[in-house]
Amino acid sequence: MALLLGSVAPYLSAANWNSPYSQQGVEEQVLYSSFSGRPKHLDPARSYSSNEYTFIGQIYEPPLQYHYLKRPYQLEPLGAAEMPVVTYLDRQGEPLPADASTEQIAYSVYEIRVREGAKYQPHPAFVPVDEVVLEQVEQLSDFPQQGSRALMADDYIYQIKRLAHPATHSPIFGLMTEYIVGLQALRDQLKEARKQHPEQWLDLRKFPLDGVERVDDRTYRIKVKGKYPQFLYWLAMPFFAPMPWEVEQFYERPQLKEKNITLDWYPVGSGPFMLTVNNPNRKMVLERNPNYHADFYPTEGEPEDREQGLLADAGQPIPFLDRIEFSLEKETIPYWNKFLQGYYDASGISSDSFDQAVQLSGSGEAQLTPDMEAQGMRLQTSVSTSIYYMGFNMADTVIGGTDERARKLRQAISIAVDYEEYISIFANGRGIPAQSPLPAGIFGHQTGEQGVNPVVYRWESGKPVRRSLDEAKQLLVEAGYPNGRDAESGKPLTLYFDVTASGPDDKARMDWYRKQFEKIDLQLVIRNTDYNRFQDKMLNGSAQIYLWGWNADYPDPENFLFLLYGPNAKMEKNGENASNYSNPQFDQLFEQMKNMENSPERQQVIEKMTTILHNDAPWLWGFHPKNFGLYHHWYRNTKPNLMANNTLKYARVDSAERTQKRGEWNQPVLWPLWGGVVLMMVLIVPAWLGIRRREQQSLRKEVS
Amino acid sequence: MLNYILRRILYAFPILVGVNLITFFLFFVVNTPDDMARMQLGMKHVTPEAVENWKQERGYDRPLFWDDTASGVGVVSETLLFIESTKLFRFDFGVADDGRDIGKDIRERMGPSLAIAVPTFIIGLMTNITFALLMVFFRASYLELSGVVLTVVLMSISGLFYIIGGQFVVGKLMHLVPISGYESGLGAFRFVVLPVAIGVISGIGSGVRWYRTIFLEEMGKDYVRTARAKGLSEGRVLFHHVLRNAMIPILTGAVVVLPLLFMGSLITESFFGIPGLGSYTIEAINAQDFAIVRAMVFLGAVLYIIGLLLTDLSYTLVDPRVRLS
Repeated sequence: MALLLGSVAPYLSAANWNSPYSQQGVEEQVLYSSFSGRPKHLDPARSYSSNEYTFIGQIYEPPLQYHYLKRPYQLEPLGAAEMPVVTYLDRQGEPLPADASTEQIAYSVYEIRVREGAKYQPHPAFVPVDEVVLEQVEQLSDFPQQGSRALMADDYIYQIKRLAHPATHSPIFGLMTEYIVGLQALRDQLKEARKQHPEQWLDLRKFPLDGVERVDDRTYRIKVKGKYPQFLYWLAMPFFAPMPWEVEQFYERPQLKEKNITLDWYPVGSGPFMLTVNNPNRKMVLERNPNYHADFYPTEGEPEDREQGLLADAGQPIPFLDRIEFSLEKETIPYWNKFLQGYYDASGISSDSFDQAVQLSGSGEAQLTPDMEAQGMRLQTSVSTSIYYMGFNMADTVIGGTDERARKLRQAISIAVDYEEYISIFANGRGIPAQSPLPAGIFGHQTGEQGVNPVVYRWESGKPVRRSLDEAKQLLVEAGYPNGRDAESGKPLTLYFDVTASGPDDKARMDWYRKQFEKIDLQLVIRNTDYNRFQDKMLNGSAQIYLWGWNADYPDPENFLFLLYGPNAKMEKNGENASNYSNPQFDQLFEQMKNMENSPERQQVIEKMTTILHNDAPWLWGFHPKNFGLYHHWYRNTKPNLMANNTLKYARVDSAERTQKRGEWNQPVLWPLWGGVVLMMVLIVPAWLGIRRREQQSLRKEVS
Repeated sequence: MLNYILRRILYAFPILVGVNLITFFLFFVVNTPDDMARMQLGMKHVTPEAVENWKQERGYDRPLFWDDTASGVGVVSETLLFIESTKLFRFDFGVADDGRDIGKDIRERMGPSLAIAVPTFIIGLMTNITFALLMVFFRASYLELSGVVLTVVLMSISGLFYIIGGQFVVGKLMHLVPISGYESGLGAFRFVVLPVAIGVISGIGSGVRWYRTIFLEEMGKDYVRTARAKGLSEGRVLFHHVLRNAMIPILTGAVVVLPLLFMGSLITESFFGIPGLGSYTIEAINAQDFAIVRAMVFLGAVLYIIGLLLTDLSYTLVDPRVRLS
């Protein structure tokens, strides 16, 4: 009991009894955030999810990064000393001029010079390991000695080789074999080596990779097949961050593996932060890397950034934060309540709390409710570089194909399914109806009348207006389905919608889709299935209509338009073209567009492609989701950047203000407790008296 | 008694083999190794080679139940079922699909689950029995009627409501304890107070009614009349004689769940951010992580068997007439 009281006493003496953190009072620069599920992988060669990038984006430093403030998104050096120098080669390996045509270019060579003065975070992998200590440690911090060393070109090369390692399961290996010379050959060698020594660590330094060359200690070259300008974007992702061979060797020890101390869980990088607490079941903590190189807050941005205070820290050394604490928070309700109490610094807005946080103005603009404003919160919105769409399987005999009948059927459905209504009902207005695959912020996206899909909308009074159901029905007549019936057989047209709808809101959503089709007399049968069967259907092309989404890997139109490129068909090639759409004219324009620099010529090509897509309607374009973020007043330097994943180094918090507000907002309310005690007494006393009376009655009865 | 225990342990083996077999069969009916690979490898850029590679690395390229290509006992011993099952019987749970050691994860997550489940169980049991005895004591009075109405009301409210309501009132309005979170060691106390209180209160309705039924049944028996005839007070009759004689049904319900307390509670842990075992299995099913699913099902079966054995043993402690043979 004494121990228990001892443990509770510090909290009761503190101002906030309900604080979920052990630290009280004015703290260092600490940011409080959360994660909803444990990350699966923190190995930069393997990790590919946004929830994983939240951590490793702050730890690993690939050669490039996105400028924090500038838009459109702009790459700049990070691990590299300057932007890579690209040289084009012909088939004979002879250099070509920079303006050489795509057909001439057989290879592109990217020469990258590593930043000087960058060092790894302190880590036991960089010092000799005592085998006795190895048996005793439970976590990395138990190692008595930690070391570091400077980044070398070899470390970047080592990581590229890791992409080919069969045990790494890098998700981009398949894609990169199409580009990086010799990557597949390296995979074959490594597979063979693993067969011979399955339990042995493979030192990748001993395995050559033709497409990667070490020039000197700080310079390396990557040889890519053909012209692939998007390769620079990949260089801004953790897949290409440096990995010291010592670290991989260190984590291969079985004594560490059985304690869950692996490279996949304990990242080692050169970035602004390092992972010091790694309990994916409870808490993850990033702390400032004492070896972090000189880095400064940007001095330029968009014109409005200065007035919003985003340039107040221009030129200041970063990171500002000393520590970032991520707590596991699986449910949205407790998360939201703790955010309102000031225990989280930022929050998204779930449907449950949307009305409490946001109200729409007369012009439809989202703004904070008075309660939120009174708490000094800030609302920031941004259109995500993603798309959620309804796709038609172009290999299907009824809805697919490029003949006039099927095309008009798809166009009619495109008009009938009212995505403005969908966004309003199911997304609290948080979305923009898509006019093409390209979201705002991606080159090629157009606004105004030029950007509108003329098959679905008219431009009236300066805004797009969805075409009428009569026009949709007329298209159905032209397609040979008057009143939703096949003109030849007279049978009603039934379409099949393959979905994985298992959530609580899905019934309403599916009913809504059914009603949209009923508006033009079409019958929609929902074929609800589990994720595995759905994947099978998509792979073998037996789905007819489906829902899908895509989140940009990088801000280039190629990363969206390739979703409709014929040779990427999912059914035959297992590619990302889930609709199995194939239009030779579109494919030809795609091949031309993908290697072009952003220019008016490229814009023209994209417009032609978009026109083809509007006409063929292989997708119902769906919508681009809009992100809403709420930030407390003390959380500074926040600007949505949908491409960068290393933005926490720019964040700053006013700890004194936060402590003060937390104290104001969380004073313990004790009177209900005393009320409860009184109530208990009111209940207990009569009961006790009752017992006494009954006992005495019994005695009296016995005496009498 | 030792013979009895040994016999029960031997009986457990075929049960565990059966449980393991059914788990394998049901899991692979729903999820093929290809499905598992696709789930683990993510949505983007997944090639057939990547799927094959993943299966090979995890051993899922082996036949599941029968290996036609092997000879002799190899047709059985070279299968995924045999190889993985033999590890399970050695309590070697292996690694999850994300590479983490399952045994270590279970050991780590067991503590927080117990920190919630044990006090909830003990306090809940004592509270329920006490209230049930009081209701029996005040039987046929307005206090019993009010108690019955109250317990029915408490039973009718969803468990989720208690959690959200408790967090709202105690954590958000009164600011007395953290809404959610966890700390190890003694620091856990302030995080477990609210979930334990909610767990106890939400269980009062059904618990009190169940024990009241048991006690009322006992009250009609001859020994109660005899006790009263001997002049014992009603309180002594209830708390001394009736309670002791009602221990068999109480133990039947209580002891069997003791080992299962390790397994945690899904909803409570999820809402209170308790890093326990409650959500471990569900998360694994959603992620199609067969290694965790089979380990947790196996562990659940073992614990249930232990629970049943403990129940039988506990009968001998409370009722001298019971002999295990």
